[in-house]
Amino acid sequence: MTSLFIKSIKFLVGGGFILVLLIALYGSVWGVINEPAAETAEHAMHKHPKELKLASDGPLGKFDLRQLQRGFLVYKEVCSACHSLNLVSFRNLKDLGYSDAEVKKIAKDWAIKQPVFDEKGGTWGERDNVPSDRFPKVYYPGTGTPPDLSLITKARHDGAAYVHSLLTGYNEKPSAEALAHFPDFAKTPDGMHFNPYFANLNIAMPPPLTQDGQVQYSDGTRATVDQMSTDVAAFLVWTAEPTLQTRRTAGWAVLAFLIVLGFLTYGAYRSVWAGVKH
Amino acid sequence: MSFPWAKHYEPKNPVMQWVDSRLPLPRFVYNAVGAGYPVPRNLNYWWNFGVLAGVALVCQLITGIVLAMHFHSSAASAFDSVNVGIMRDVNAGWFLRFAHANGASMFFVVIYIHMFRGLYYGSYKAPREMVWLLGVVIFLLLMATAFMGYVLPWGQMSFWGAQVITGFFSAIPVVGDWVRVWLLGGYAPDDAALNRFFSLHYLLPFVIAGAVILHIWALHIPGSSNPTGVEVKGEQDTVPFHPYYTAKDGLGVVVFLILFSVLIFFAPDYLGHPDNYIPANPLSTPAHIVPEWYFWPFYAILRAFTADFILPAKLWGVLAMFGSILLLFFLPWLDKSPVRSGSYRPMYKVAFWVLVVDVLVLGYCGGSPAEPLYVILSQIAAAYYFAHFLIIVPIISHLETPKPLPGSITEAVLTKTGA
Repeated sequence: MTSLFIKSIKFLVGGGFILVLLIALYGSVWGVINEPAAETAEHAMHKHPKELKLASDGPLGKFDLRQLQRGFLVYKEVCSACHSLNLVSFRNLKDLGYSDAEVKKIAKDWAIKQPVFDEKGGTWGERDNVPSDRFPKVYYPGTGTPPDLSLITKARHDGAAYVHSLLTGYNEKPSAEALAHFPDFAKTPDGMHFNPYFANLNIAMPPPLTQDGQVQYSDGTRATVDQMSTDVAAFLVWTAEPTLQTRRTAGWAVLAFLIVLGFLTYGAYRSVWAGVKH
Repeated sequence: MSFPWAKHYEPKNPVMQWVDSRLPLPRFVYNAVGAGYPVPRNLNYWWNFGVLAGVALVCQLITGIVLAMHFHSSAASAFDSVNVGIMRDVNAGWFLRFAHANGASMFFVVIYIHMFRGLYYGSYKAPREMVWLLGVVIFLLLMATAFMGYVLPWGQMSFWGAQVITGFFSAIPVVGDWVRVWLLGGYAPDDAALNRFFSLHYLLPFVIAGAVILHIWALHIPGSSNPTGVEVKGEQDTVPFHPYYTAKDGLGVVVFLILFSVLIFFAPDYLGHPDNYIPANPLSTPAHIVPEWYFWPFYAILRAFTADFILPAKLWGVLAMFGSILLLFFLPWLDKSPVRSGSYRPMYKVAFWVLVVDVLVLGYCGGSPAEPLYVILSQIAAAYYFAHFLIIVPIISHLETPKPLPGSITEAVLTKTGA
């Protein structure tokens, strides 16, 4: 009797789990048939990012430094009013081709200053930024919480394309068909803006790039809204991983070494096993 | 502990003679992974993955120890110490971080192939049960280590992953919530949890290394299994581990490193989740909380239990998820067939490949949002998973008529090569 129990315990345990799963399965199937999930507004109106090609794409991609400088300008003139770039230091800007003196000036002239605590007086004050400082935090009192942009292109699917699409997506309106299903979207709530590339569809950020020439480019590029949003997306790819190009260069060297090593080990394998059937 | 024809260590160098006669460590290494360990001559490349797992462990230990020198285990500064300190300011810190994060993925790829190799060729059967049992222990330790490591960068998925996984313990009846608070050192993951996870994440790899030594020790008692499943009968069936398998596995190691490098240098974020580049925020729950890919099959089993039947659905899910791994401990006694290799077992072979597809389906469902169709699919796949190990395999081992086995390894090799 006991041995029969031990012999069948596997069937009892297995059968138990399977029974509970079948009951759950019955519930799921019943739910699908009788209570089909209502279509969500996100599903009806949310759009995947538009395609965007950047010089830094692909295993051979390199940063276009002039584009990064333009992108930095867009960040400085427009985005930096609300969004911080706190993981990046001013000194990192030298990677974009700025000289030491230029970086010093950019840091010194930066609108938001570094907070300093006066140990003697017990009060907070501020000082000018220096190249070794990180971009200061931005404290935003309005609706919404503007995220730090340092890693934004890594923190969203299709990061650069997402940034570009979001910045150029304010003109799009919900389709008449979608509005028939979701009449709430006919009027966007106060302080919100419809944008089909944003996960929640209504975003607190007002359109930041509204007219051509909003930022003065000095290299002759025409500052269209599309161009400015592409440039700032390229810049934010750089801020997310300034070592991107180093990483790929090192990768090609490592792969070249390993492929040569692969041929050598294959030769060693063939010569060691020569004459041994296996 | 080895075959009588195993070569003996006879150092010619006087220094090695001096060392060996006082501490026979060189002899130990020679007998473990040198010319003193005779191995079946017919091993195919699926037998390379044990060595590869060892390589992956060493890579993780080295990159991990250096990363720990630069990491701050505090909720306030962990994210910055990784994403500014290590990624931007430490020389080649980006390499260490990407190598460690992707190294975990490579480790699991290798381990899963190693385990499926064991399943197909019946490597868990007598006299190698202990090798298999230790392997399951290593797998459990590896999962715990990987989970705690993923929490350390303190991004959104780190935090919410910790929240979900430690939530399993609150499914324990009566004392569950108390146990969870005790494990976390608080009501939600915070400094206390982060510090203990860091401490354990540093400790467990060395426990794994110890378990690996026992795993290899247990393997060396009967010696390695082989694709025919027929035991070694004489000297003609084996070759010394060195130079034969050091050369053969060496090539596998280079291929492993090439794939590993492609991930590190050209697609370092491909297997990660974008949300983990957002600092942990206890007030904002991500739309979809998903673990790393290597936990997806088990996550699918957890989420497949949606019905309260006697016990709450959550408790069923947790029991089934742990049960799906713990049942591997009983496998040597569930599969009664005396034939080891799946190549000679027509019914088992089919069941094996169905299981492989089943686990891939579970993985796909585990990585997808918990929408009805994925839940239904994972309920069917999870039921099959339990049926495979607890019902199908035990019954097959009685019903099946195995194909005739070759007389010996050498005979199988000579038939195959047409000599």
